[in-house]
Amino acid sequence: MEKSSDIELRLLIEAIYLKYSYDFRDYSGASVKRRVAHAMRQFDCATISALQERVLHDPAAFMQLLQFLTIPVSEMFRDPSHFLAIRQEVVPLLKTYPSIKIWIAGCSTGEEVYSMAILLREEGLLERTIIYATDINPASLDKAKQGIFSLENVRAYTTNYQQAGGQRSFADYYTAAYDYAIFDKTLRENVTFADHSLATDSVFSETQLISCRNVLIYFNKKLQDRAFGLFHESLCHRGFLVLGSKETLDFSGYNKHFEPLVKQERIYRKS
Amino acid sequence: MNDAAASPIRGIEAIVVGASAGGVEALLGIFSELPNGFGLPIIAVLHLPDERRSQLAEVFARRLRIPVREAQDKQSIEPGTLYFAGPGYHLSVEQDRSLSLSQEERVHHSRPSIDFLFTSAADAYGPGLLAILLTGANQDGARGLAYVKQQHGTTVVQDPAEARVDVMPRAALALQTPDHILTLSRIGSLLVLLESSPC
Ligand SMILES: C[S@@+](CC[C@H](N)C(=O)[O-])C[C@H]1O[C@@H](n2cnc3c(N)ncnc32)[C@H](O)[C@@H]1O
Repeated sequence: MEKSSDIELRLLIEAIYLKYSYDFRDYSGASVKRRVAHAMRQFDCATISALQERVLHDPAAFMQLLQFLTIPVSEMFRDPSHFLAIRQEVVPLLKTYPSIKIWIAGCSTGEEVYSMAILLREEGLLERTIIYATDINPASLDKAKQGIFSLENVRAYTTNYQQAGGQRSFADYYTAAYDYAIFDKTLRENVTFADHSLATDSVFSETQLISCRNVLIYFNKKLQDRAFGLFHESLCHRGFLVLGSKETLDFSGYNKHFEPLVKQERIYRKS
Repeated sequence: MNDAAASPIRGIEAIVVGASAGGVEALLGIFSELPNGFGLPIIAVLHLPDERRSQLAEVFARRLRIPVREAQDKQSIEPGTLYFAGPGYHLSVEQDRSLSLSQEERVHHSRPSIDFLFTSAADAYGPGLLAILLTGANQDGARGLAYVKQQHGTTVVQDPAEARVDVMPRAALALQTPDHILTLSRIGSLLVLLESSPC
């Protein structure tokens, strides 16, 4: 017999899908269950059904719930060795393209986008690159568009930047104002921020490089495969796919369609 | 087949273990007698400072007779294998009995969290789960252990009198009376006696 709370959880996820078209049905269940429990405490709801009633009848409450369901943690130059490997192993090959399209899927609040833009500028590629930065969380996308991060965090990012092979002083890229670092807006001149879901939307452009980091761990295998399918379709011949440090193609049927370029750093190439 | 000592814990399908301060020695203590060919999966969270790569799996692989791995996202759980949560990510067990990683906020300052592992494993294995909480300096694991009990799993806490740091076992005891309070050597012998019986 199924537990009542498990039934309620499935109904909540179904209701969200039917009402708001956000599809969490194939996310990793353990994490979703915890996120919902966390939201229940924040919303002061005693049951998942009560939470469902709230979000079904109040779009603003759903937007709040979405903040709990998505996990926005990010950093600039997160896993510096990963960005170093992109600089050393991928950039030389990217340089052979006259124009470059990059898709950052699940960009959250933008830290990864600005990191990539800085790297590309230092390699002389930013001017001929278009970056599509997508996410399902509109609040995160708004933050990403602003490019304002807390100065306290920027201190840690500075170390990351240097370890990632940064060539300048990190402070060249932002102006400090009070407790914030406002990043150079020319970094996002060629960036298009857009609402796009790997669970429900389709491919929108051909790309040379796709970075999807720390998003796929929240998906089950079926949804991961959907995402890999989109990436495979979007990437040009021999295009690059980069994943988060704990994400891998190893357990997916798509591993046949990609070959590792720098396995340790989760950098793959379409084969 | 065996004597009464094994009978209260038949039907175990998986083992989860949590520890922090003093945990390396404690885990080596309880696993050292496990024979090659041991039939059950073991999934462990041992709190360590966040570093990019942890040496745990390598350290234990050298000392134990069973295969030891760092847990990977979406990996199916193999019998007879010891999985360690890597640093910086929570480790969960999914309903289909595969492993998953996530980066939600820390629990009791810890990521990976013992509570998250125990709770998700209890959802996946129910009465088939054996959960063991050992030495440690914080309260992570106590609630997870209580939840394992609620889902009719079997719970074991290291005897606090013996624990290097007794905060973790005592926090568990304060929340709920486990099925067994045992010394490391008794836990070790209990594991060796376990056999999986299909239910
Ligand atoms: C942990 S953040 C990763 C941020 C960044 N890529 C990094 O590695 O630092 C995960 C992001 O994935 C987004 N996300 C979750 N489900 C998604 C989906 N179906 N399609 C696109 N993005 C999604 C979340 O909104 C969240 O912003």
